[in-house]
Amino acid sequence: MSSTSLTTGPSWARLPRRHVPVLATLALLLVMYAIGVSQYRAFSNVQVIFNVFIDNGFLLVVAVGMTFVILTGGIDLSVGSVVAMTAMVSAWLLQAGLPALLVLVIALLIGPTLGFLMGCAIHFFDIQPFIVTLAGMFFARGMCTFISDSSIRITDGFWTTMAQHRIGNPGGNFVSVSVLIAFAVVLVGAYVLAYTRLGRNVYAIGGNPQSALLMGLPVGRTRIAVYTISGLCSAIGGILLSFYTLSGAPLIGIGMELDVIAAVVIGGTVLTGGSGYVFGTVLGVLVLGVIQTLITFDGSLNSWWTKIVIGGLLFAFILLQRLIGIRYK
Amino acid sequence: MSERIKPLLGHRLFWPIAVLVVMLAANTIYRPGFLSIEMNNGHLYGTPIDILRLSAPLILVALGMTLVISTGGIDLSVGSICAISGAIACLHISEAADQNSFVTVSTALAMALGVALVLGAWNGVLVSVIGIQPIIATLILMVAGRGLAQLITEGQIITINSGPYRAIGLGHFLTLPLAIFIALGAALLVAAFTRRTALGMIIESVGGNREASRLAGIRSGRIVFLVYVASAACAAIAGFMMTANVSSADGNAAGLWVELDAILAVVIGGTALAGGRFYLSGTILGALIIQTLTTTVYAMNISPQTALLFKAVVVIAVCLIQAPAFRAKFNRRKRGTPPPPASSPQRQKEEVTA
Repeated sequence: MSSTSLTTGPSWARLPRRHVPVLATLALLLVMYAIGVSQYRAFSNVQVIFNVFIDNGFLLVVAVGMTFVILTGGIDLSVGSVVAMTAMVSAWLLQAGLPALLVLVIALLIGPTLGFLMGCAIHFFDIQPFIVTLAGMFFARGMCTFISDSSIRITDGFWTTMAQHRIGNPGGNFVSVSVLIAFAVVLVGAYVLAYTRLGRNVYAIGGNPQSALLMGLPVGRTRIAVYTISGLCSAIGGILLSFYTLSGAPLIGIGMELDVIAAVVIGGTVLTGGSGYVFGTVLGVLVLGVIQTLITFDGSLNSWWTKIVIGGLLFAFILLQRLIGIRYK
Repeated sequence: MSERIKPLLGHRLFWPIAVLVVMLAANTIYRPGFLSIEMNNGHLYGTPIDILRLSAPLILVALGMTLVISTGGIDLSVGSICAISGAIACLHISEAADQNSFVTVSTALAMALGVALVLGAWNGVLVSVIGIQPIIATLILMVAGRGLAQLITEGQIITINSGPYRAIGLGHFLTLPLAIFIALGAALLVAAFTRRTALGMIIESVGGNREASRLAGIRSGRIVFLVYVASAACAAIAGFMMTANVSSADGNAAGLWVELDAILAVVIGGTALAGGRFYLSGTILGALIIQTLTTTVYAMNISPQTALLFKAVVVIAVCLIQAPAFRAKFNRRKRGTPPPPASSPQRQKEEVTA
């Protein structure tokens, strides 16, 4: 595959092209962090970094699922709505008095089921992923308000414990339980992509679906699997978000799918599929998180600058991918 | 099935029209006064008129989207462009000494339209010159555009009190809402350019095979560039209507999700997402169907958000009907009987709710 080709130049400077976007993201992250530290004294506090993880844990989980989908050359627009629906269903069932564990299981089943159905529609009926997941997005968002027009508070003991439990030295720096769950998902995702047959198939399909099919790889099963995985990740993300906000709100997570896609792309995954890493996605989410933190620290800039900066970065990274010429249609 | 009905059933506009008629009929049964129109102060009022008026922005956006999709592209940034153009126009008017002045309003419109054309050109350059996938190229402006719109309005909702501007959304002309005429005018203009000149065929040929068209002597790049500019211009006018309807500009909410409705309208109208063919009349019908669906859902006292649930059903149903793979599977099951032009809507609903 051409993605493994080397750049020209002296041997010490040779760098696989596919690593360039990830390294660029890493450099960007370091530069942004350095800017933050040089501008604001409190920025060097370790808790600032922990907070980025605490505030973006759910985004990280969802982005891992999206990485799978984008690596096969697909796209999943339903993630934001599935996150909202999971949080909403959990809040609703808890309010109805169901035991926490049962609610957890039910909430975690809905996302993958929807993902599985969407994957089937994409594979068996050959409809564009973009349109199918768009319908999924409408469906999940509609379900949210179907359950309730207003947000539902969660008062369940398990949920509040998960939300308030701090892991770390007392009085010092801490992370939330969500961060650990997010890390676990990242590790599992990275392992599956790098070391399992499913992971190989994902890359192969993204590289060239036709060849993958001719090689006898289970293209259909893999494609359905990635949408199911994305649905599962969105469901976990929804649970984490409900830990974070202790409520289910019908309008939460609007536009999240775009943040997630942006994070995956900024993390160096090529949108036509076949090239990218979960590690890159982690960096992409961190970049978005640090932008938000910088803007919060500044105080004079408003939150809409986040969107403009994310749009600008998205552009820069797509241009970069295009310029270094990793296979792009 | 009689031989005479067959070609009628096979007509590509048959299913959209049938859906629209069924929806209107169901509404009339549910609410007998649904179709009544009355004259009041020299203006016509009634639910059908409301549907036409409210669908005008969607028709405009969907017209531009039809052209983009027929080249095999997609424009996700139209919602943001609606918000930006509305914000610029309202900001300029709100700062003027006399908000009712015709000159102020036309300057505001010209400025906003100019900015929209620049944004369309940006999309066009990304797609045609740099060669970025359309869905991603326009995603950039979709994300950043919302931010820009909020930057222009400074996160506030700009309220204006301008008669001429309000007329774009709520004015009347020949007893009918002006918005209908604007949408109709735009539709006729696009139709004239694409169906009375060779432009439409050139667009379809670029959508069919860009490289082959280029080799055949068509400036493919320029055509692709132009459709994004046209789409942005349509979105800008739609943005004026949306903000004029409520006499205020909200960078956050104006045109939210209109891109999805527009894509839906285009797909319902029979234009394939892969490009190569487009049907303007189908798109307009699609937009009317979506607006009728929205109005119906509102009339049933269901919240606007839940309307999305119904839209999801429609999207899947339409896509399945269009999908050759689905038709083939369905036809195989019914071997022996003549193949139906499309499957019954009942089946696809099961697909969604299953």
